[in-house]
Amino acid sequence: MATEFHNLQELRHSASLATKVFIQRDYSEGTVCRFQTKFPSELDSRIERTLLEDTVKTLNTYYAEAEKMGGQSYMEGCLACATAYIIFLCMETHYEKVLKKISGYIQEQNEKIYAPRGLLLTDPIERGMRVMEVSVFEDRGSSGSSLSSSATSGGSAQR
Amino acid sequence: MSAVMITRKVRKWESSGKEHFLLRWTRNDGPQKGVFYLTLFLIVGTCLTVLSIRVSRPIAASTLFIWAMITKNVIGACPYLAIHLSPAIPVFAIVLFLFVMAMLLRTSFSDPGVLPRALPEEATFIEMEIEAANGNVPAGQRPPPRIRNVQINGQIVKLKYCYTCKIFRPPRASHCSICDNCVDRFDHHCPWVGNCVGKRNYRYFYLFTLSLSLLTIYIFTFDIVHVVLRSVDSGFVKTLQDTPGTYPFVLVCFFTLWSVVGLTGFHTYLISLNQTTNEDIKGSWSGKNRVQNPYSHKNILKNCCEVLCGPAYPSVLDRRGLMRDDLPITSSAAVPAIRSNPVPQTTKTTAPLIPNEHTPDDTKPSIADTTNPHAEKSSPSPKEEKQPTLYKALHSPSLQSTVWTYEKTCF
Repeated sequence: MATEFHNLQELRHSASLATKVFIQRDYSEGTVCRFQTKFPSELDSRIERTLLEDTVKTLNTYYAEAEKMGGQSYMEGCLACATAYIIFLCMETHYEKVLKKISGYIQEQNEKIYAPRGLLLTDPIERGMRVMEVSVFEDRGSSGSSLSSSATSGGSAQR
Repeated sequence: MSAVMITRKVRKWESSGKEHFLLRWTRNDGPQKGVFYLTLFLIVGTCLTVLSIRVSRPIAASTLFIWAMITKNVIGACPYLAIHLSPAIPVFAIVLFLFVMAMLLRTSFSDPGVLPRALPEEATFIEMEIEAANGNVPAGQRPPPRIRNVQINGQIVKLKYCYTCKIFRPPRASHCSICDNCVDRFDHHCPWVGNCVGKRNYRYFYLFTLSLSLLTIYIFTFDIVHVVLRSVDSGFVKTLQDTPGTYPFVLVCFFTLWSVVGLTGFHTYLISLNQTTNEDIKGSWSGKNRVQNPYSHKNILKNCCEVLCGPAYPSVLDRRGLMRDDLPITSSAAVPAIRSNPVPQTTKTTAPLIPNEHTPDDTKPSIADTTNPHAEKSSPSPKEEKQPTLYKALHSPSLQSTVWTYEKTCF
């Protein structure tokens, strides 16, 4: 019988870490922060391609927004320079605001999509923005590896 | 009574690199600290001999007070200029001086963009990818160098593997042997500032050199003006007798001027081309047969805006955090999973792996690293970037061995 992990707490208590899959950075557009949308085949049996690709694409748009060279970032830079960067003690930078949004988004994705499938996304900032770590959990006590009907469990987990 | 094992909680900063900008005051790193203090002394000393306590209000800093007391009777350039020309002159000098100090401290104490080392799982994952890509290496032959080719804006760029940090370095990143860390957009390690200059603090470094140039030129100019005005009033010889303290500092200013202005000019050139000092010294983008700089926008203004007014990148180092007691990977589950895939279907880089050219200075065998995680690195890897030769004259890097941090992670 397929075991479902309904929330992150259950995941931690009843599951053991089987392996970790790393989604690497995509440098095709330079040094901006982007992750490869290529689907790692280790996760073939755990989650649908589209779900993971959507998550990665959304994260890429968030990072692009954070690193956008536009009027706002120039204004922020010039203002900060004029105050000898003391203003950064009082004010949160645009990048930090977007990072908070990203961690909220990842938390939400973990709760809604990944935890029910026995997966856990780690915020890339905790890995130095180098990789996106996907932890694959196994149910303790069961020797089997994959959740048999990830599609159906995915459907029920979607809210 | 059973013995209780007390495991010392390891802070994350302890396990990555040995030069820590926030903790430099607690570490005994003589040459680095010494040069930084010298920098502070030169700047503060030069400025304070010109500014006298008689015109400016007493400022809290004790060094300012001591210097002013010593020099107020030696030279009176500041009040002289304030009375005869304008009080704005010393005021502007003070403002500029404070800006220089702020930039110096900011450059010195901010994270240059250190890339944290790979955790064991990530390191193992990368090793697996490398072994899969290399295929079967016949016994006795060296495995090919660990290089990953990526395509950036249409150009092929090689990413090198860092044996200390166990990662493929992102483009433009480099390993600093003094700080013993990989730094993103590595420019150089500045001994005057006592820190690496990288992605996060390059603009502070540039503003420091620029404002210091302006300050030096300003002080030099007004010292000369002061001497000239006094000579007009009371004769040159009497002026020499009245203000003996000015001349050593004029000399210091003169020599500082050439080096600092030169450095500012050099960095302005680099910024306009969107290059780093490291790339310029290595000649990465120069020459006909080489790849053209894929990061340049081909527009000077755009390049300057990107480097100086770009977004403020956050630090990815969690300095105060504790090494997390990560969930252990159960060996029984993990090993069969790995062994069942003879060729792991891992995410590959967008460009196919182009057969690597055999570089003369080759790598150490990879197997040795994985089988002996507690090995001490007795000599730096030939692949690690050496200190740019321009700055070697100022400081010879101490290439000490570092214990591979693998043992510090708790399972």
